[in-house]
Order: sequence, then C-alpha cells, then structure tokens
Amino acid sequence: MAETASERRRREEEEQFSERGVSLWQDAWHRLLRNRMSLIGLIFIALMIFCFITGDFLPPYSYREADYDNTRVAPQLDHIFGTDKMGRDVFSRIWWGTRVSLTVGVVGSLTSLIIGITYGSIAGYLGGQTDNLMMRFVDVMYGFPTLLFIILVMVVMPSETAIQGMINIFIAIGIVGWMGMARLIRGQFLSLREKEFVLAAQMVGAGPARIISRHLLPNSLGPAVVSLTLGIPGLILTEATLSFIGLGVPPPFPSWGQMLSEGWRGLRSSPHLTIFPGLAITFTMLAFNFVGDGLRDALDPTMRGTALVRAARRKKKKASKAKAAAA
Amino acid sequence: MQRFIVQRILWNIPVLLLISVVTFGMMQLVPGGPFSASASGRPVPPEIRANMEAKYGLDKPVWQQYLSYMDRLLLHFDFGPSLRRPGRTVTSMLFGPNYMVEVLRDQLRATYGVQASSMTFAEPPGLFDSEVLVVKTNREVVGYISINWRTRFEVIKHFFSLAPVMVSVQVGLVSICMALFIGVPLGIVSALKQNTVVDYVAMFFSMLGVSIPNFLLGILLILVFALTLEWLPTYGWGESWKQVILPAITLGTGGMAIIARLTRASMLEVIRADYIRTARAKGLTERVVIVRHALKNSLIPVTTVLGPLMAGWLTGSFMVEWVFSIGGIGKFFVTAVTDRDYTLIMGTILLYSGAMVVFNLIVDIAYGYIDPRIRFD
Repeated sequence: MAETASERRRREEEEQFSERGVSLWQDAWHRLLRNRMSLIGLIFIALMIFCFITGDFLPPYSYREADYDNTRVAPQLDHIFGTDKMGRDVFSRIWWGTRVSLTVGVVGSLTSLIIGITYGSIAGYLGGQTDNLMMRFVDVMYGFPTLLFIILVMVVMPSETAIQGMINIFIAIGIVGWMGMARLIRGQFLSLREKEFVLAAQMVGAGPARIISRHLLPNSLGPAVVSLTLGIPGLILTEATLSFIGLGVPPPFPSWGQMLSEGWRGLRSSPHLTIFPGLAITFTMLAFNFVGDGLRDALDPTMRGTALVRAARRKKKKASKAKAAAA
Repeated sequence: MQRFIVQRILWNIPVLLLISVVTFGMMQLVPGGPFSASASGRPVPPEIRANMEAKYGLDKPVWQQYLSYMDRLLLHFDFGPSLRRPGRTVTSMLFGPNYMVEVLRDQLRATYGVQASSMTFAEPPGLFDSEVLVVKTNREVVGYISINWRTRFEVIKHFFSLAPVMVSVQVGLVSICMALFIGVPLGIVSALKQNTVVDYVAMFFSMLGVSIPNFLLGILLILVFALTLEWLPTYGWGESWKQVILPAITLGTGGMAIIARLTRASMLEVIRADYIRTARAKGLTERVVIVRHALKNSLIPVTTVLGPLMAGWLTGSFMVEWVFSIGGIGKFFVTAVTDRDYTLIMGTILLYSGAMVVFNLIVDIAYGYIDPRIRFD
C-alpha cells in the first residue's frame, strides 16, 4: 500500500482544504482520488459499470449463442478470449457476467445494510439489557456455517422465474452478511449516544427517531460505507463460489464462477476457459478491495492525524542522515 | 478467571440450543423432503414415501421430532440415521472412515458382478475425465474401476482411510500453521520496513491473497505445479507430504494475507507507543525491543480473528476439498441441503457451531493471558 507518499500529499491537501472548508465527503473523495491504487480500482469499477450497461448490445457475440463448429477455440483474433465447449465467445460472456457480479454486490450489500442498520440502531440506541440480548442473537447467527446457511435460505425462498431465482440468491447472500454491519452500527451508536450533541438534541426535544436519523446515523455513516465497500468483494466471492459448485446463477446466464466450474475440468487442454473468468473475478475483488482500503484511509479520522506521517518522516530523515554519515 | 471460563461455557449452551432450534425450524420450511421427487430424482410412490417418513419419525409433529433428535444426540451422542444414505448414520459419515462404502458396493455388485464382501471404496480423483471407483480391501487398494472403460483393474493409491473429520482437521491445522508462520513475520517485516519496496511488495501480495478466490488459487496451482511442472500430485490427502503442499497453500493464503495485514497495522501502531520509546531509550537493542516489547502487544488483535478462521478451516473448506478431491467433511455443507438429508444438515451445522464456540472460547481465554489488562470479572 502506498502510504507515505500519499499520506504526505494527503496532509498537504488537508491544509489546503481546511482553509477552503469543504465537507467531509468532498474531502474524502479528493483523498480517494489521490490514492493511486484506489483510483485504479475506481477506474476498473467504472469499466465494469460500462460493461453492465452495454452487456446486451455492445459485446461482439451473444452470451448464449452456441457455435458448435468452433468449440474450445484458443484465444485468437475473432474470439480474443477463445470459446467454450459450446462455442460461445468467452469475452462476451465475461462482459455480460459483470451484470451478475455487480448486481450481487449491490443487492447483497443493500440487504445486509438495511437489516444491519435497523438491527444495530435499535440495539445501540436502546442499550442495556435489550442490547445485550440482541447482540447475543448476533453471536448465535455467527455460529452458522455461511455456505450451508445461504443454501438453506436460498431453497426456502420461493422463485418462479430465473431472474427472480437469481435475485433470491443475491438476497440470501446479503442476509448472511448483516451481522458485521449490525455490530458496527451498534458500536458507533453506543459511543455517539453519550456525546454532547446528542444531549443537546434531546434537550431541544428531539425524539428517538429524529436523533437516530439526524444525529446518530449520519455520524456513523463513514465506517458503515467503508465496511460496505470492503464487504462487496466477499459478496462477489460468495456468488462465484455458489456458481462454481453449481448452486448459483442458473445457465444460460453467464456468471464468472459458473464459467470457471465449466472450464477447469478441461484445464490441461484449454486453460483459457479457466484463466479469463478467474482473472475477471480476481481483478474485480482487487478493485473493490483497493477502493475500500482507500476509503477507509480517506475517511478514518485517526489516519488523518499527522503523528503517523511525522514519525515516518522522522524515520526517513534519520535513515538518510545515517546514510550520509556512512558515506 | 475460573468463574469467567465457567460463565462462558454455560453461556454457550443456550447459543447451541438456539442454533439447533433455528436449523430444525428452517428445515421444515425447505420445500420438498428427503423422500420427495425433487431430492431423490425419481418419483417415490406415496405409500412408500409415507412408510419411509413413518420409519424416520417424520410424520410426527415438529416439536416431537426435535425433542427425540436432541434426546438421541445429548444422551447417546448419536446424530441419527442419514435419511438419504440407507444404512449409514450421520455419526459414521462424519467420524467413521469411508462414508461411501455401502452405496458403491451395491452399485458395483449390480453393475460388474464383483464379489465385494470386504471391499471399500473411496472418492474418485479430481481431474480424471471418466468416473472412477476405487476398490479397497480393508485399507489396501486393490484397484480402480473406470466406468467408461468397463472393468480395468489397476493398482492406484488409496485416497483416504481417515475419518472425514480428521482429514478436515489436518488440512485446517496445516493451513493455520502456514498462515501464522508466514503471515505474522510478513506483517512484522513490512511494518518495520514501512514504505519501502519490501513493504509494498508484501502488502501487494497480501492484497492479492485476500482478493483471489481460494478455489481459483487451487486450480492455478494445479495448473502450474501439477500439470505443467509435474512436481506435485493434483489430488488426494494422507499418503505423501507432497499432497499437503498445494491444499495448504490454497486454504492458507487467504488467512495468511489477513493475518499479515492485521499484524502490520497493529505493529505500526505499537511501535509508535510510548513504552517502545522508553525501551529504546533504555538502550535495548532493536531486536529485544521488537521481539520482547512490540511483538507481544501487536499480536493481540491477531488472536481475535483466529477464532472464526480456525472454525472455518478445521471444519473443512468445501472448495479446497472439492478442487483437490480430499475426503473431508466440507462436501456435507453443500450436499446435506441439496439432498434434504435433515439429520445430516443438523449434524454438520451443530458440528460447525460446536467448533466455532470452542475456538472462540479458547481465543477469549488466550486473550486474557496475552493481554493482562483484560480482566475476567
């Protein structure tokens, strides 16, 4: 992780911005753009969104169109990622597959966000015995093996159409991931609850709903956004895993995990069927991880402290002095 | 201290009970049962189905089923009979060797007329194109039968004779050791060399380790080290040390990356603390400062993630076992639900939750020893 260079820049920016008086989010956004890795991640995600939108008309081939004369073709000019065992163009399928991965990221994190925020807010705001009991239930939820639980939830939810089945899978994945968000929000609320501005709000007669929505939630949004972004790769991974074992997105919709599972049995003869979908998953996960990391650094107030940067600089100065002395 | 431990153990009892109730309740919501057409693949006549359900007590009210299940489990340590594998108990599927024996023996006798009175069979190896049955007498491999080429006996190594639980525990332990012994030093080094090339490279690779799905990593390792270089085998567990390497790397990398990043972050925090400055001011050597003062404190956050990681690893990572054809318990975490094998679902979930609870307890207690600031009362 590029830290000193970016951190120094960050500090300079901070001085610059604090004079101008920008909002926390604008400030964070600027820092995020200054972080090279996050920027690469953001560009990659933008590319994915482009692929998402254009999935139906821009790819050179259709994702479901089989061509039995050209099966398992190695990468070449008219099929740059080759074709699979049914002669479908891998590049076009990966292109369309961004829809699955992005949707699982959005739907899954929305699901876990809604459940987690509601649950965590109630526990954190009420505190005491209620909080204790509610958090014990979270402990219980952590006791379930994730994969088995997702599959259980998936088969319990009814689905009539293929699309609905797909959305159900995404929701099931989100349902399993709400506990982390609930814990985080609850922790934030517990500490924010005691702050003066909440007391002030209470004194002017604000009710619990107003205090939660106007004072507590906006102030705990930063960590929530970070944890949400860092949670997205996990969701994408879960979907890929489920599709890999044949329980995820149903064919003919191409999901990267499903393409991998079709491809890896013929690993020796046509490795391109494994490598390209694999790269797509890995790059996506990397991109979201980079952005999540960058967001955390950009939003985390403790990282903004100059102590870290100063210490690092001091160390560097010392090192260069020692070098000079040695020379 | 004792009081704390006892308290924690007592608290886990209602947790496990609640988990069993929730699981049992959810299984009732799952459409289709173990004897319905969707699970068994062909329609079962209603009379036979009714008889089967009566035999396993599925016709009774749910609470009665639950009570009799818990009664059997708690008083006799018996996970009950498997509903989909006739003649097998869930206990023997999890804790006994070679769980596929009965089913395959019958299949073999029917298909090939092979006398298989003392034979056992194991899982087919992963990357074979055809379906392969492995034939063993006791623990010795007699040969394998390839379905595609009809009967062709040839000696091939056996795949597992250990209990699935033991296999998973072994795979998990090796991966944990790998993750700890590589992850922690990696984190320390990159913290001490912060913002140097070493740090960047280490952190890039741990970011990659977090990002790459473990099944993909396994497949790529097979492609490079087994298929291309032919250094290591593509499948199996328990016969040679060579089989250990790839699964351990596959399963351990994710945890290693997490541990490395965590160690680095907490080490960076610790080495800026006042007591480290004091230690340096006393004139201690850098090594003593790092090893004796900084390391111990920076490992505290690492212990917290170890609990859930251990439970996940030791109870078998399904993907790794699948890719490398290792006969652990990971597969039950998927097949149990798709088969609607109620007792197997209960068994695997309770086993996992039990492991989770035990590891979290160990971590909690260890936490207290590592960090004396935490009081147990």
